[in-house]
Amino acid sequence: MTPRFQKILFVVLFVSSVAMTAVLVRLRERAHDRLLQGDQTQGTSAPAVAPLEEVTMMVADDMTSTLAPETIALPLPDEPQARARSLLNRLLSQYSNAHSMHPLPTTTNPVEAVFLMPLSKTAPSHAGSVRDAAQSEDRIAIVNLSNPFAALHPSGLETETLTVLSICATLHANLPQVTEVRFLVGGEQQATLHGHADLTQTYLTAASAAASGAQP
Amino acid sequence: MAASLSAGCGVGAAAQTAAQTAAPSETLPLRHFTVVLDAAHGGNDPGAWLGAGDSPSPETQSAMAEKAVTLAMSQRLRALLVARGFTVIETRQSDVALDEDARATVANHAQAGACIVLHATEAGSGVHLFVSSLSPAQPQLLLPWKTAQATRVAESLKLGGTLNSALSTAGRDGESSLAIPTTLGRTTLPGIDSMTCPAVAVEVAPLRENAHGGTGKVTSAVDDADYQTRVLNALAAALLAWRSEAAAP
Ligand SMILES: [Zn+2]
Repeated sequence: MTPRFQKILFVVLFVSSVAMTAVLVRLRERAHDRLLQGDQTQGTSAPAVAPLEEVTMMVADDMTSTLAPETIALPLPDEPQARARSLLNRLLSQYSNAHSMHPLPTTTNPVEAVFLMPLSKTAPSHAGSVRDAAQSEDRIAIVNLSNPFAALHPSGLETETLTVLSICATLHANLPQVTEVRFLVGGEQQATLHGHADLTQTYLTAASAAASGAQP
Repeated sequence: MAASLSAGCGVGAAAQTAAQTAAPSETLPLRHFTVVLDAAHGGNDPGAWLGAGDSPSPETQSAMAEKAVTLAMSQRLRALLVARGFTVIETRQSDVALDEDARATVANHAQAGACIVLHATEAGSGVHLFVSSLSPAQPQLLLPWKTAQATRVAESLKLGGTLNSALSTAGRDGESSLAIPTTLGRTTLPGIDSMTCPAVAVEVAPLRENAHGGTGKVTSAVDDADYQTRVLNALAAALLAWRSEAAAP
């Protein structure tokens, strides 16, 4: 017959394993929510004491279908993902100014989060070659745009394309380690920005920097 | 220094897989010169909402769906091209939904000498031409479906140039003030990227005063009959020039 202390021990262990399972499931859900919301993990602005830094915005012009570099001074957080997010929110917010040449409606925090991830060393590059160790600093930026930003963005091939290219080129100009960019909208993959610009593709940033003459 | 749109972010080759294949088309004799007209959007995809100021929406009574404007342009351009002796195939002749693969399938079966994808927008000014951003590739017996356009992209750029110069000199009776501001860019275009014909996306925007800011006052709306006629006549003239070029030895 099983001794009484063993029965008690079994019950205690069983109850604690169930409790631990519940805690783990809850923690996983919270981590997933944090990842999707992004703004809970990335500061929305630089600390008040952050010094001003010169950054290059690659600004779109609908009349000429071009991007032009514009240097401004901004306080930016140190953490690269938060930096990228602050930079892009500043870029996109300036498009709602009265004299913008690429007018977009005002939305709060159009970029919810930017995730910078190392690129696999063996992933084929755009040139078809295999990345070597020297390129292992390369990062892919996953830019999570807000649902209102995508929903209110003007619909059209040129305007949507310019927004995507302006984001890619601005990232490359200020974070040269970013060589590829992918987009999410509200944490999910979406076919297009607002009916036109393809958001299922990986965009390569190198071509834009080379041709625009914007040196980071 | 401004960066041309064509120099923007490229598209990762890694993302383009070869799930299907497409047969390359040959250059065809003049009498069989076929143009495929693809009116973008349709059915449950209205495209942009146009013609109701700077922030059009389906709620605005005067707003027009882009799908209706592109269909009307396709039908008018078809008439102009048929009158000039072209064989014309439209991807849609009514308000039906078509996915990008279906559009490319129509274009590839037609073995067309030119494929024109028509869009309309409220953003920007004039006509925006777009060619696929795929890197040129050598023709092969079997082509990856998603990147079939790579073998024709050099010709598509030439066709884009021909359309660009026709639109930029579209003034009536030599009035250069009536030229249509035109831009030529490159981007990833899921439908066109699968087409084996020289292909260009033509996006018609309103004409605007060249004021400060991209929201310069609209002087001719996208559905303005006179403006549309100028655009479509210029496209027809450009396709005539393109056909002559193709026929030249
Ligand atoms: Zn469209």
